[in-house]
Amino acid sequence: MQATTASHTWRKIKSAAASGLAFVSAVLVIAPLGLVFLYLLRSGANSINWSFFTELPKPVGVVGGGMVNAIVGSFELLGLASLIGVPIGVLGGVYLAEYGSTRANSMLRFVADVLNGVPSIIWGVVVYGLVVLRFKSFSAYAGGLALGFIMIPLIMRTSEEVLLLVPAGYREASLALGIARWKTIVHIVMKTASKGIITGILLALARVAGETAPLLFTAFGNRFWNHDLKEPIAALPLQIFTYAISPYDDWHRQAWAGALVLVVMIFFVNILVRFLTRERTARFR
Amino acid sequence: MAVVVPVPAEKRVAQARMAPPSRFGDKAFEWLTLAMALAVVGLVFLVGWQLAHGSSVAIRRFGFHFLATSTWDPVAEQFGALPFIYGTAVSSLVALAIAVPLSIATAIYLTELAPLWIRQPIVSLIEMLAAIPSVILGLWGIFVMIPWLRTFSFPLLKKFLGWTPLFSGPIYGVSMLAGGIIIAIMILPIITSVSREILRSVPDLQREAAYALGATRWEVTRIAVLSYAKQGLFGAVILGLGRALGETMAVTMVIGNTPQIRASLFAPGYTLASVIANEFTEATTDLYLQALFEIGLVLLGITILANLLAQLLLKTMGAKMTSRAVQ
Repeated sequence: MQATTASHTWRKIKSAAASGLAFVSAVLVIAPLGLVFLYLLRSGANSINWSFFTELPKPVGVVGGGMVNAIVGSFELLGLASLIGVPIGVLGGVYLAEYGSTRANSMLRFVADVLNGVPSIIWGVVVYGLVVLRFKSFSAYAGGLALGFIMIPLIMRTSEEVLLLVPAGYREASLALGIARWKTIVHIVMKTASKGIITGILLALARVAGETAPLLFTAFGNRFWNHDLKEPIAALPLQIFTYAISPYDDWHRQAWAGALVLVVMIFFVNILVRFLTRERTARFR
Repeated sequence: MAVVVPVPAEKRVAQARMAPPSRFGDKAFEWLTLAMALAVVGLVFLVGWQLAHGSSVAIRRFGFHFLATSTWDPVAEQFGALPFIYGTAVSSLVALAIAVPLSIATAIYLTELAPLWIRQPIVSLIEMLAAIPSVILGLWGIFVMIPWLRTFSFPLLKKFLGWTPLFSGPIYGVSMLAGGIIIAIMILPIITSVSREILRSVPDLQREAAYALGATRWEVTRIAVLSYAKQGLFGAVILGLGRALGETMAVTMVIGNTPQIRASLFAPGYTLASVIANEFTEATTDLYLQALFEIGLVLLGITILANLLAQLLLKTMGAKMTSRAVQ
């Protein structure tokens, strides 16, 4: 009897210890987020001022200057990437959700997921061979194409998911009214799921906004304004990288400021998305 | 008995317009979406072809020796990928050694142990960690983590574990171990969220049966949940490995970028992805560029293999993976 109680206590202790360890692990997993954000605020906040958002980078040794060309460049690249990623991703998602056979779909999903795992730097190499070598110039087009390729599988999978959430009754009701299937899909199904589709697009944009590796030898970076999309263009993550590995203290400060701006933009989109999805799931459940 | 009422002309026109919905629109739309969906297949071929095409001369010139040669000397045009393959393998293994226990324990905490109200906030925070761009983690790595490691953690490790070859030799800060730690931070979120989906797909009946036998919480987790989810968790780990192998920016910024093979984790290293990132725009000769394309091909090969394996493991698990978890 004594033995059983002892072993029971021991088992309880073991269970409590395991729970404690799991809790500590959860804290350790979140800790880097807090640490990174803390240092971003500490080192970045006091370098952010009006000229950061309005001025071009200054040459080495001249204090001040900003990253306005990189911020605008990033948005231009995201726009170009959307031209590739959004139509292909969304319509591909429509095919998966509305048309394809089960077998074809599971194959396509599989390929999309594998594509998702291709390292982003590989996309840079591919676009370098595809565009930069061919046209003999780094360009905004090349950078946008690399980011667009990354967006395709991301948007395809999220679009498919939200389209499948639309109740079958909506489709049937529309078809019963004699409305063509493609019109049903565009005007009823996609419209109902539009919030979710936009959410997926925003998440994909937030994801590629921070990508540096695919831009290293496509968009290449630029210290000045870019007035021609056939020329190299600056991007915020590229600028952060260049400044971070430079030996100058002033550039390091600029890198922290740029990083803070980039993270705040990405977090803003993520929080916005969380807000949007909360409403969506509430509506469909 | 039907009474035929003459239909007024305008109404007839309206009926004709309503009549059979055009088949053409439907077909065209279906083909259009099919073409877009097939783009993913096209992309896979594009990537493979582009890399193979870009490295064809190097492949013919070096053959399989490329993978087994440890000299990387652009000036003498001697190219071997071994130091980079070694660096990628070691940094990824270090990352897995750190990230796997933490992520799976966190996933267990989130599905089995944590109070309900705290689960969603923690999941949200982990998603935020996943959203931090690699280059920013690298920036933090250079200016915050490396100094910590150099002055505090590494000397401590050397003091207690210095007798093993892994933790011996001079300490520079930038090192294979620093690279591994940064990669670990990058892959924590994906392993955690995929493991969480896997654990959530374990039927409650499993847990209830174990509880009914008088098992404690930990015993329920170990006997009923973990053994049931083993394969899926393995899939989550391999998926994390796939990401670790291809991680570029943050690693490039802290690993030291020296093509050498050293037993010590304190020594600087180099990975497949970082050599592409660093040297691609500096590749002055055609053969140099070819060799870098071939490095890309090797990297693509191993990441695709890891991802295929992960997908197969996760698929047979039958867990419904949301794309949110995988991103």
